[in-house]
Amino acid sequence: MASAAAAVADTFPKLVLRNARERGARVAFRHKDLGIWQSWTWAEVAEQVRAYARGFEQLGLKRGEKVAIIGYNRPRLYWSMAAAQWLGAIPVPVYADSVADEMAYVLDHAGAVFACVQDQEQVDKVLSVVERLPNLRHMLYDEPRGLRDYDHAKLHDIGDVIEAGRAALKDAAVSAAHDREMEQGASDDLAIILYTSGTTGRPKGVMLTHFNIITAAEIGCGFDGLNESDEIIAYLPIAWVGDHVFSYAQAIIAGFCVNCPEGPETVVDDRREIGTTYAFAPPRVFETMLTLTMVRMEDAGPLMRKLFHYFLGVAKQHGEKILNGEPVPLGARLLYKLGDIIIYAPLRNRFGLTNIKVGYTAGEAIGPELFRFYRSIGVNLKQLYGQTEAGVYITMQPDGEIKADTVGKPAPQVEIRIADNGEVLYRSPSIFRGYYKDDEKTAETMTEDGYVRSGDAGFFDESGHLKIIDRAKDVGKLNSGELFPPKYIENKLKFYPNIKEVVAFGQGRDYATVALNIDLTAVGNWAERNNVVYASYQELAGHPQVYEMMAKHVDEVNRSLAAEPMMGGAQIKRFLILHKELDADDGELTRTQKVRRGFIAERYAPLVEALYNGSTQADISTEVTFEDGRKGVISATVKVADAKIYPVTAPAAKEAA
Amino acid sequence: MNAHSMAVAGTPVTHKGEVLLSVENVSLRFGGVKAITDVSFDIRKGEIRAIIGPNGAGKTSMLNCINGFYHPQEGRITYKGVRRAKVRPHQAAAAGIARTFQNVALFKGMSTLDNIMTGRTLKMRKGFFWQALRHGPAMSEEIEHRKVVEDIIDFLQIQHIRKLPVGKLPYGLQKRVELGRALAMEPELLLLDEPMAGMNLEEKEDMCRFILDVNNQFGTTIALIEHDMGVVMDLSDRVVVLEYGRKIADGTPAEVKADQRVIDAYLGVAH
Repeated sequence: MASAAAAVADTFPKLVLRNARERGARVAFRHKDLGIWQSWTWAEVAEQVRAYARGFEQLGLKRGEKVAIIGYNRPRLYWSMAAAQWLGAIPVPVYADSVADEMAYVLDHAGAVFACVQDQEQVDKVLSVVERLPNLRHMLYDEPRGLRDYDHAKLHDIGDVIEAGRAALKDAAVSAAHDREMEQGASDDLAIILYTSGTTGRPKGVMLTHFNIITAAEIGCGFDGLNESDEIIAYLPIAWVGDHVFSYAQAIIAGFCVNCPEGPETVVDDRREIGTTYAFAPPRVFETMLTLTMVRMEDAGPLMRKLFHYFLGVAKQHGEKILNGEPVPLGARLLYKLGDIIIYAPLRNRFGLTNIKVGYTAGEAIGPELFRFYRSIGVNLKQLYGQTEAGVYITMQPDGEIKADTVGKPAPQVEIRIADNGEVLYRSPSIFRGYYKDDEKTAETMTEDGYVRSGDAGFFDESGHLKIIDRAKDVGKLNSGELFPPKYIENKLKFYPNIKEVVAFGQGRDYATVALNIDLTAVGNWAERNNVVYASYQELAGHPQVYEMMAKHVDEVNRSLAAEPMMGGAQIKRFLILHKELDADDGELTRTQKVRRGFIAERYAPLVEALYNGSTQADISTEVTFEDGRKGVISATVKVADAKIYPVTAPAAKEAA
Repeated sequence: MNAHSMAVAGTPVTHKGEVLLSVENVSLRFGGVKAITDVSFDIRKGEIRAIIGPNGAGKTSMLNCINGFYHPQEGRITYKGVRRAKVRPHQAAAAGIARTFQNVALFKGMSTLDNIMTGRTLKMRKGFFWQALRHGPAMSEEIEHRKVVEDIIDFLQIQHIRKLPVGKLPYGLQKRVELGRALAMEPELLLLDEPMAGMNLEEKEDMCRFILDVNNQFGTTIALIEHDMGVVMDLSDRVVVLEYGRKIADGTPAEVKADQRVIDAYLGVAH
């Protein structure tokens, strides 16, 4: 499908010129420097990019060559992308915080001939691996500090390059030829190569054309009604597809203003000064903001603290409903309004979210509590599910249909299919053209009919929202052939405050079972209130009333699994409460507190056996390591309980358009 | 350590010129206590000159003599070819000598910005009356000064603490602010008294880079006292070593490191 803008401007340099014509006086970029927001209009940006491109050409940059871009979000680094694209060269943004070795790999793999970097730190980093980069011809830098005495034969100040380009363009013939060079660019040309950070193996270079990126950006702009009056702050890594689409592509398509903060530490203050209308952040950013506020509130006066917690309670009860436009009693509405005046509005201001139209969180699953908190105080926070290979958008949450536990409906123009193994497959006009110099990986990732394998397993719930369960390779199968998603089951149970850790078993077995750890604080608190006497974790864990409590939780989880497509087979048939807390010192958890299923299954083999041979209890003795390094043995008799299995009520997996 | 590679990349030892300040046969006594005895050395334009020595060797006293805080009983100090009689600290400052202190000496209740702005005091031309009105020429002058201060804030990468009261900042940052205030004077000679004391490795590396950059970018001559030998050897062009108020060595880092008396002074020797 041809994009609307394609008729006139089908590459980013053309779009920049279009903006200069149509909204030349509007501010395009701001950068806080020397304590002041310095700004550039679209007309100025177009002029800079044009001169910069000419400067590139004079340094010998040719069509099809690659230009690495390394640094934090700076206007001139974004312009480097547009200037490279002007000549038909392909920008390759690189994560600024990657170590020299990783950087060398990406630069070498991409065959970058130029590197545009932010400052001395990055110059030093590239110089330290320069012998591994035979293709690299020139390096350009944005900040000259500390670089005065460097050898400038192959090192240039971006400002000088732009000046040189501008001087050359005074010649009318040169100027005309330069514009013709840009006109040659076509929508099917490669626009950018984005290297995925690669948690497994080496980073892969995702190739995206102008058409891909423009389509993706139009999807986003259309979905949330973005226009030239919007303001965003660019602070996420420029090598990440999210930043590229949000801070570069959408800004150029919709013509809104991109604000570059002074530095990574000043983002929160800078955001407050700008009052962004559109935001994009991984969950941890929201989490940090909330934690900081909560910590500060503990230092506030008692009246303030009381008010704060009271109105947060009100917000929790009614805030989300009001935001979703659901009916709420008048009294609650008034109370919420009052809370808005004295608590929520100042809070939003503090977060720099006063003018926010839409905020997105993506990258990883966000805690439901955290997500609801921001929505309850009136911030329209949404989730989206995306991948670099998709040109970002796969699913998005439409207004009024926001759920904490799903990632939304397929984005416009995106088709999604769930494979037999539960893997999410997607197809859209914006999907990538393959991995750079890696046809084998490309073939592995693409299906024959043009779908991309996401590597994530998920399913659609009854309202057509996609739920992501886990990485597809971690999802197993029961003997019956039904899906067994261990992490999904574990997370559902861990959602209960009484449960601290869960290990699910079932891979290659007849049914699913779990071993639980109770949360000593929460259950201990309950025990105190209910006159349950216990001397140790082990005793409390084995208490019949605690078993009853856990049985109730397992029962609820089973009911919810039964109601979900493809998950019904993974209901928990039997469970037990472990006699000791899982501990990283014993190797049962990783240092990041993730359960090591295989190791636990081996260590507690008698218990796992009991879960499957029908016995009601099992003896176990395990060696434990105390904090001082001494070892001891804990032995116990652990009860095994049965849980009720519900008939599967959900319809079989359905295809969504 | 990283500082080493930085030193290699940042400071080719070429731009060291004529003598900026010379200390000749200086002795300083407090009653019967001899703080400095007959010390002579010079500081050349554009170099980084380190003064090292064990505790109580007279290093800080030496700096205090240079910037006019103490007046030595004997000997003479010549700055820019002019022999100085009893110079007072503010006269030394006006002549282009700035310093930082071993214990951070900032205005704790004032913001980073205001603290660095105080470094501009000597450069203010309009009188107290105009400044108080904050109007007309005083305003445009303030904007000029603010520009200089913002350049320094940018240079030292302390944008995020621009508006925070200095007393709330961690120690490493306070040290950086203090350096900023000294730089605001646009000094020709910068005296740094243990700029890296109490810092962790990362803060030290940052500070090293700033010192090199100041020297490199503004051509400022720097005399510094430091205990971290790695830092001293990497940063400085020449080192003077004091012990019990006497000079025991003077030369390039390599020469000083090989000097037997220096080794004895630092490692201790059986008497």
